[in-house]
Amino acid sequence: MIPLSCYQVLGGILFVCGVLGFLIKRNIITIFMSIELMLNGVNLSFVAFAAQWHSLSGQVFVFFVMVVAAAEAAVGLAIIIAVYRTRETLNVDQVNLLKL
Amino acid sequence: MTPNTNLWLVPLLPLAGAAINGFFGRRSSKKAISAIALVFCGLAFAMALYLAAGFSSASAPYACDFAHWLRSGNFQVDFSFYLDQLSLVMLLVVTGVGFLIHIYSVGYMWDDDGYYRFMAYLNLFMFFMLTLVLAKNYLVMFIGWEGVGLASYLLIGFWFTKDAAASAGKKAFIVNRIGDFGFLIALFLMIKYFGSLDFTHVFAAVRLMPAETAGANTLTAIGLLLMVGAAGKSAQIPLYVWLPDAMEGPTPVSALIHAATMVTAGVYMVARSSAIFDRAPTAMTVVAIIGTLTALFAATIGIAQTDIKKVLAYSTVSQLGYMFMACGVGAFSAGIFHLMTHAFFKGLLFLAAGSVIHGVGGEQDMRKMGGLRVYMPWTFMTMTIATFTIAGFPPLAAFFSKDEILWKAYSSPYGSWVYWVIGVITAFLTSFYMFRLWFLTFFGDYRGGDANDGAHKPASAHGHSAHSDHAHGHEPHESSWVMLGPLVILAMLSVVGGWVGIGDHFGRFLAPVFQTAGSAELAQETAGEAVGKWTETLLMLISVTAAFLGLYFAYVLYHQRRDLPAKIARSLGGLYDLVVHKYYIDELYAALFVKPLIDGSTTILWHGVDQGVIDAAVNDSADAAREVSDNVRHMQSGNLRSYAGWVAAGGAVVIAYMVWMGVKH
Repeated sequence: MIPLSCYQVLGGILFVCGVLGFLIKRNIITIFMSIELMLNGVNLSFVAFAAQWHSLSGQVFVFFVMVVAAAEAAVGLAIIIAVYRTRETLNVDQVNLLKL
Repeated sequence: MTPNTNLWLVPLLPLAGAAINGFFGRRSSKKAISAIALVFCGLAFAMALYLAAGFSSASAPYACDFAHWLRSGNFQVDFSFYLDQLSLVMLLVVTGVGFLIHIYSVGYMWDDDGYYRFMAYLNLFMFFMLTLVLAKNYLVMFIGWEGVGLASYLLIGFWFTKDAAASAGKKAFIVNRIGDFGFLIALFLMIKYFGSLDFTHVFAAVRLMPAETAGANTLTAIGLLLMVGAAGKSAQIPLYVWLPDAMEGPTPVSALIHAATMVTAGVYMVARSSAIFDRAPTAMTVVAIIGTLTALFAATIGIAQTDIKKVLAYSTVSQLGYMFMACGVGAFSAGIFHLMTHAFFKGLLFLAAGSVIHGVGGEQDMRKMGGLRVYMPWTFMTMTIATFTIAGFPPLAAFFSKDEILWKAYSSPYGSWVYWVIGVITAFLTSFYMFRLWFLTFFGDYRGGDANDGAHKPASAHGHSAHSDHAHGHEPHESSWVMLGPLVILAMLSVVGGWVGIGDHFGRFLAPVFQTAGSAELAQETAGEAVGKWTETLLMLISVTAAFLGLYFAYVLYHQRRDLPAKIARSLGGLYDLVVHKYYIDELYAALFVKPLIDGSTTILWHGVDQGVIDAAVNDSADAAREVSDNVRHMQSGNLRSYAGWVAAGGAVVIAYMVWMGVKH
C-alpha cells in the first residue's frame, strides 16, 4: 500500500504548482487552470485522508469542492469571455481598472 | 346622569380644534378658522356648563379612568380624570373666560398673518389647561402643566421675528423649567413614599400621617418642592421674572394665559395638595411668606411702570401673591375664590388694555395715551369697572375675595397680623397703581398725536403687521363689537362674580375638597367665630379705606397736579430709580446666574469639553484613520497577480505560524 505521505507530497506539489502558475502566468485562462490545479491538489489530500481513516466525510468534501469548481468554471469562463469581448486581451496586467 | 363617562371629551374638544386649525389652517379662510376655534372651545364650555348643571356635591367626586398608561410592579398610573368641586370651579373659569378670550382674539388678531397659528395655539392651550385641572393623578396633571408651559412659550414668542418676543418666550420656558424641576422631584418623592401619584391614594396615605409640627420631614420636603413648582408657574418670588417679559405676546394671550388661567395653575396645584400642606406647617408658612412678600414686592414695582401691560403684569404677580398668602394660611377656598374673581377682572383689564392698544395704534406707553374716555367709551366703562374691582371697592367681585383673604390671613390659626398689615399695604398700592393707570390712560388730553414725528421709541412700538394698518398719529378709535362683547360680559362677571362669596356660600361649596384635608379649615372656622364679627367688620373697613386712599392719591398725583409725580420722583432719587428698574432683579439674576452659566458653558463646556475633548477625539481619530489608509492604499494596485501574491504571502504566514505552534508542542 502506498503510504499516506506520498499522497500528501503529490498534493502539495500540485498545490504549489497551482500557486506558482497563478503568480507567474499572465494569461487569464492559464491562471484559471492554475486555480483548478490548486483545488485538485487539496482534493487529493482529502481523499487520501478519507481512505486512511476510513471516514466518508473527506470524500463528501471532495464532491462539494468539485461541484463548486464546476460552478466556478462556468462563471469564470463567462467572465473571461466578457473580458475578452470588451478589452480584447487576456493579459491580466492590462485588466487593472480597479487600481487607485 | 353619569357625567363621568364623557369627562374626557372636555379637554379633547379643544385639541381637535387645535389639530384641525394647525394642520389645515394655512389653506383655510379666516372665517373657517374662527368658526372651528370658537365652536370647539364653545363646545368645551357647553360641556362644562352641562357638567355643572348635573353636578351634585353628594356624589362628587366623579372619577373616570379611560386608559392605562404606566404599570411597573405595584406602581400604576392611568389616564384618568376627576371632577370634584375644585375642578368644577376651575373648569368653568378656564372654559368660560377662555371662550370669551377666543371671541375677543377673533377681533384682535384678525389682521395678523399667523391668524390660524394663533387660534390653533389657543385651542392647544385650552386642551392642556383642561387636562391640568381635570387630572386625577399628579402625572396627568404634570402633562397639562408642561403643556400649558409649551403653549405659553409658543404664544409669548408668537411674533417670533421680534427679538424681544423670542427671548421673552425662551426666558419664560427656562424659568419655568426650574419650577418644574421642583415639581418633578416632589413627584419622585411621592412615588418613593406612597407608591402612587393618584390624588385619592396619596391624600389617603398622607392623612394617616401625623402633622410634621416639630422639624421637617418627607411631607415638608414634598410641600416645599411643590411650592417651587408653583412659584415657577405662578410667577412668585424668586421665579416671577418671566411674567412681566411675557407681555411681549399678543394681548389676548396675556389675558388668557398670563392673567386668567395658566398662572393660576400653581395656586390650583397647592390647593389641590391641601392635604399634604395641611400635614406640613413649615411648608405652609413658607407658602404664606412667599405669597405675602410677592404681593407687596410686585405691587411696589407696578407703581413706577409706564407700559400699560407691564403694570398689569406686576399686578397679576401681586394678586397671585394674595392667593398664595391665602393658601399659606390654610384658607384654600379663599385662595380659589380670589383666583376666580381675579380671572374675571384681570382678564377684563388685559382685554380692555388690548382694546386701548389696538385703538391707539399699537402704543403701549401710558405717557402717550390720555383722554381716551372720549374716544373709546365702552372700553372706558368696562375698564372703570375692572379698576374699581381690583382696587377692592364694594360690592364688586374682588372686594369679597380680597377681604376674605385678608380676614383669613388675620384670623386663621396659621395667620398673623403681619400678613394682614402687608396685605392692606398691598391693597393700597394696588388701588394706587391701578387708578394711576386709569387716570393716565383715560383722563386729561390725548398725548399720542405726535407719535409719528420720529420720537416714537421702536422698543415700545408693536412693529408688526397686525397693527401696521393703524398708522400712528391717527385719532384713537373704539374697537369692534367682537372685541367689546367679551369686555362687557367680563365686566358684568367682575361686578357679580363676588356675590357667590356672600355668607360663605363659595367656601362651603368647596369645603368637601378641603375639609377632608384635615383639621386646619375646621379649626380656622371656630377661631374665626371667636375673634368676632366686629373685628371682621373693622378690618374690612380698613381695607376699603386703603382702596379709597389709593384712589385719592392717584387722583391728586395723576389728575389734579400732574407735575407732582416728577418732583416726588426726583426727591426720592435712588429709591425711585430702584423701583423703576424693578429693584435690578433681572440684572442681579443676570450677574448671579446667567453670566456664570454662559461663561462657564463657553469656556469649560464649549471650548474645553466640547471642542477640546469630544471634537478633538473625533477629529483626531478621523485624521489618524486617514493617515493609515493613505499609507496602505498602495497595496491596492489593481494588479491581479499582486493581489494573488498578497494572498499567498498571507497564507504562508498563517501556515508558518500553525507549523511553528505545532512544533512547539
